[in-house]
Amino acid sequence: MTTLDSSKEIQKNNSEVNETHEDFRMFGLITFLIADGMTFAGFFAAYLTYKAVNPLPDGAIYELELPIPTLNTILLLVSSATFHKAGKALLKDKNSDSQKWLFFTAFLGIIFLICQLFEYFHLPFGLTDNLFASTFYALTGFHGLHVTLGTLMILIIAWQSRINGGRLTSQNMFPLEAVELYWHFVDGIWVILFIILYLL
Amino acid sequence: MTISIDPQKTNNESLQPKGWLRYFSFSLDHKVIGIQYLVCGFLFYLIGGTLASAIRIELTSPMSDFMPRDVYNQVLTLHGTIMIFLWIVPVVNGAFGNYLIPFYVGARDMAFPRLNAVAFWLIPPSGLMLVASYFVEGAAQAGWTAYPPLSITTPQSGQIIWILSVLLLGGSSIFGGINFIATIIKLRRPGLKLMQLPMYCWAMLGTSLLVVLSTPVLAGTLILLSFDIIANTGFFNPVLGGNVVVYQHLFWFYSHPAVYIMVLPAFGLVSEILPIHARKPLFGYTTMVFSIMGIVVLGLVVWAHHMFTSGTPPWMRLFFTIATAFIAVPTGIKFFNWVATLWGGKISINSAMLFSCGFIINFVFGGITGVALAQVPFDIHVHDTYFVVAHFHYIVYGGTVFIIFSSIYHWFPKVTGKMLNEKLGILHFIITFIGFNLCFAPQHWLGLNGMPRRVAEYDPQFQFVNQISSLGALLMAISTIPFLINVFLSVRNGKDAGDNPWNALTPEWLTSSPPPVENWEGEAPLVEEPYGYGKEFSEQK
Repeated sequence: MTTLDSSKEIQKNNSEVNETHEDFRMFGLITFLIADGMTFAGFFAAYLTYKAVNPLPDGAIYELELPIPTLNTILLLVSSATFHKAGKALLKDKNSDSQKWLFFTAFLGIIFLICQLFEYFHLPFGLTDNLFASTFYALTGFHGLHVTLGTLMILIIAWQSRINGGRLTSQNMFPLEAVELYWHFVDGIWVILFIILYLL
Repeated sequence: MTISIDPQKTNNESLQPKGWLRYFSFSLDHKVIGIQYLVCGFLFYLIGGTLASAIRIELTSPMSDFMPRDVYNQVLTLHGTIMIFLWIVPVVNGAFGNYLIPFYVGARDMAFPRLNAVAFWLIPPSGLMLVASYFVEGAAQAGWTAYPPLSITTPQSGQIIWILSVLLLGGSSIFGGINFIATIIKLRRPGLKLMQLPMYCWAMLGTSLLVVLSTPVLAGTLILLSFDIIANTGFFNPVLGGNVVVYQHLFWFYSHPAVYIMVLPAFGLVSEILPIHARKPLFGYTTMVFSIMGIVVLGLVVWAHHMFTSGTPPWMRLFFTIATAFIAVPTGIKFFNWVATLWGGKISINSAMLFSCGFIINFVFGGITGVALAQVPFDIHVHDTYFVVAHFHYIVYGGTVFIIFSSIYHWFPKVTGKMLNEKLGILHFIITFIGFNLCFAPQHWLGLNGMPRRVAEYDPQFQFVNQISSLGALLMAISTIPFLINVFLSVRNGKDAGDNPWNALTPEWLTSSPPPVENWEGEAPLVEEPYGYGKEFSEQK
């Protein structure tokens, strides 16, 4: 809810009105992430329907190896924890610690992407081989796009949290909190994706 | 945590262009953005209307003689897409929402002004792109639904431009929706309770929820469709093992709520206009709120009633028939509330009121055919015939577009400070109402007798009724002329409106006309009873 500063003192002249309101940028971000989650929900629904009603042609290859995606799941879960560490450090005004944790998180994100590409290059099927292959690449690719954007944003806020002249301080935590929420969201999507694409 | 607003930063109006030039700038003022939405939408309405006239000219004769068949398909696709994505959705949400919502919640602007401007400026480029696609190997030909395999087999460039354009417009719509939700829930003036908000806020909250939940699904679907077209994947291509019905499910998961995205804001607007011109409180405020939210919930679970002929299993038919029939309950509640609002009121017969009453009549007619279409046996009989075209236009033109005109007549004095000419307004209403009903009522008969939609050629026995329909379309085209003359004359030498020409109680009328940059000199007024017409008001007079 909006809070106006000492409403009685509000001057008629607009330029002298000093108003504050609650920070609802996080609220907007959550709404956006719900919308983004619905895109994934549409993809998942399509994938599950295909799995239920569209039999693959004989001889279609849809075997997936588990080691790399399991490693990827661990990488993303660990990166969520390290991101959390970065936030804690910034809250205690330890900017350089925070920056180290952020770089480490971004590093984990990049390793994830490299593993994903490695998997792509070693899979026995391509994008257009069969329906399963197409949905597999569409789902993991769309998620990979989110990881790429997230990694870039982590690098940006890591740069912003530098000690001298950085925007990111314990007074201005929003960029870090926003990217952190986004990163947890991307991790959560990966866990769902891992379960229904690799395990089911 | 709170953010303090630095007056020096937000009040940078001195840096913005003045006068009419500000409508061509990246302005952050919600009122400027609202007008940008409205004028931009109206220009696309003229384009879409020209295309509709071309369709009706073609259909005056049973042969395809006015234009080649593939051009007819392109005209039809562009007409549908432009009218839905560039005229109705942006205007009824973006234009009126941006202009009115900050007033109604007692704020100086929307929650995210920059996002707001970005959302608007996505629209003109994507609209121009869509129109220009006609000149690049022909525009999309698969209708506004872009069903595969038709959309995969028709010329690619037009279809891909169509997808890009709809994706941009969908993005604009989502940004707008996020902004409205944040503004209504978070930016309310202190002391203003949710149940004291004018009804349009509730309508926009419901609409924005639908936008945020369903538009992303359409975006994902169109991305998959573009993969099918460009990369030769087989998501929706049966030849490659895909499934067209999955596309239909995903498409209608957005596009049925899209009907409510187009019509719920109109419900909100008519609930603002009727009490003011009937001098009575809005009847049944609480039931109105709950029926809006009921429509939002039900609107998300009825999509497959568009697909009764797509091999849907019996349990699905049963579920979606019942769910669709249930929507008639909240909609009926709203309809009776409007009638009860008018009942015994001191009704002024002016253009805004006439268009609102026209809306109620047309909408109840379209609603009845809607309930009929939800019944499986009847739906299978009239599926893809002109009956569907007639039903749809009764909801979207007879419903929403009538309310857009009503709202223009109602809020024009606030926006410009000038009154519109009532005689020209009533003339506009009469021609529109007669033209509209002459155009679309006969199409029910055509559909029941089996004339398929979306085809340029038809059985010669339908020619006479089609000509009547085209005559109605001609009247609708003519009706735009008195409206345009009215607007241009009134902007230049209209009668001065004063701040509150309708003696209204809703907050936007409590400031000057046109309103100042940050909406109010000083603090925003607290309006606890936006519909308190009657007793107190007559005592006050």
